[in-house]
Amino acid sequence: MSATAAMNNRKKTSLWAMLIIVLAILILPLTGYLYVNMTEQPAVDEQTNPRSDTWRQVRENQEGYSAVKGQETNELIQGAGQNWRQLRNGPIATYGAWLLSGVLVILAAFYFWRGEIKLTHPRTGNTVQRWTLNERRLHWTTATLFILLAITGLSLLYGRLALIPLLGYPGFSAYATAAKWIHNVLGPVFMVALFIILIKWFKNNLFTKVDIEWFKAFGGMVGDKHPSAGKFNGGEKAWFWTLATAGVALCFSGLVLDFPNFGQEREVIIGAHLIHILTAMLLMAFSLGHIYIGTIGTEGALEGMTTGHVDVAWAEQHHDLWLKEVEQEQQNTRQ
Amino acid sequence: MARMKFLCDAERCIECNACVTACKNEHEVPWGINRRRVVTIDDGIPGEKSISVACMHCTDAPCQAVCPVDCFYTTDDGVVLHDKDICIGCGYCFYACPFGAPQYPQEGAFGARGKMDKCTFCAGGPEEDNSAEEVEKYGRNRLAEGKLPLCAEMCSTKALIAGDGDIVADLFRSRVVRRGGRPDNWGWATAYKD
Repeated sequence: MSATAAMNNRKKTSLWAMLIIVLAILILPLTGYLYVNMTEQPAVDEQTNPRSDTWRQVRENQEGYSAVKGQETNELIQGAGQNWRQLRNGPIATYGAWLLSGVLVILAAFYFWRGEIKLTHPRTGNTVQRWTLNERRLHWTTATLFILLAITGLSLLYGRLALIPLLGYPGFSAYATAAKWIHNVLGPVFMVALFIILIKWFKNNLFTKVDIEWFKAFGGMVGDKHPSAGKFNGGEKAWFWTLATAGVALCFSGLVLDFPNFGQEREVIIGAHLIHILTAMLLMAFSLGHIYIGTIGTEGALEGMTTGHVDVAWAEQHHDLWLKEVEQEQQNTRQ
Repeated sequence: MARMKFLCDAERCIECNACVTACKNEHEVPWGINRRRVVTIDDGIPGEKSISVACMHCTDAPCQAVCPVDCFYTTDDGVVLHDKDICIGCGYCFYACPFGAPQYPQEGAFGARGKMDKCTFCAGGPEEDNSAEEVEKYGRNRLAEGKLPLCAEMCSTKALIAGDGDIVADLFRSRVVRRGGRPDNWGWATAYKD
């Protein structure tokens, strides 16, 4: 063999070797797909146990067929109720009681520490009208309904614990029957009254820069400073917006509970009940503060809502910007 | 003391609804109320399964836990009963029950439901056994007569079994052993803790 032939042979061999190596580099990594394909294949063929499928469907609340017609009779099991029971009887009942009694304790402690917030200037004897007769009617109607609904609602949650030992089973049952009816019939009436309030006083309750200063000074509750306020101060506006949000949610969730004749499902009712009870707790806690400030907490505040008129000294101290507005108006009409 | 339990054998139930009818007839249940019902899963498809369901008389009964007037009580036989004189018809037991057992004669506006009615395991209520008052409110008290619930007693395929939990379990176990496969004692894990 000549030297050139040997050279050519070697070149050919190395060329083939090169080609095979390049092909191997390209193809070998792809065998991973082959492996994945082979192992996945049986999983596709695997069938689930038809009997466990049935029980899975039952557990997932899938509707079946039932010759017995009625509300959700074609469902075998409903799991939401157990969650509702645990939430209602557990954290909601426990922390709700702590919240309401906590607020009462804080208000009592505040009263002993601060006492009634007195008028800084003696009464002038001159009064200005703060609430018209219709406004007062609206307020007291809503307030009375709120208190009735709160008491009857709390009776259904805590009555078993607190009232059965006092009234006995038949006694509490008779009371609870009445409480349920009062709650269910007056609820929608309260809703109407609340909506009138929300529409009527909406414009007066938009937050302004004045309210930020009011909150910074704790509304004059702490210290001797008396922050400025219009007809509604920051605290009243906070109460208004709590009613406009939580209060509205309370009303609508109440309607869901109050009219089972529309056949809403249990899961919907349970959700509405949780919203209802949580917003009610929030409003009851807030209302205790509102009642405190409006009665024993502030000298001269209650007479605005009872007689409709407040002393100018009180107006100057608590709602100075509003007093200016009123005086301006009076001057304008006199001219 | 016996611990009464219901068990419906899904391999045997043929959805004849005789248990529903028997219950209604025995207890003179008002219109619109069915203390028991049969539910079919995958109805009309091969492999469909039917189960007869009523109050399962749970160990830790959710209805009992949420009742605002505490009108439920568990008998020595483990049967969950309620006092219609105490019931205020609030609907809470219906929300809480996993089996949809509590029934109401009305579904009116303002939450008007009437007194709750449910399966009594043929054990009546708090009144004197089989007194006119008890029969009127809760139906027959067969347990007091030494008989078991009628729905199970007259089940044609013996799919629905009722009685002492140990005997029911033994009976069902022997069936499963003979026919093979897994036991489907539906509802037991939810209802019973003992």
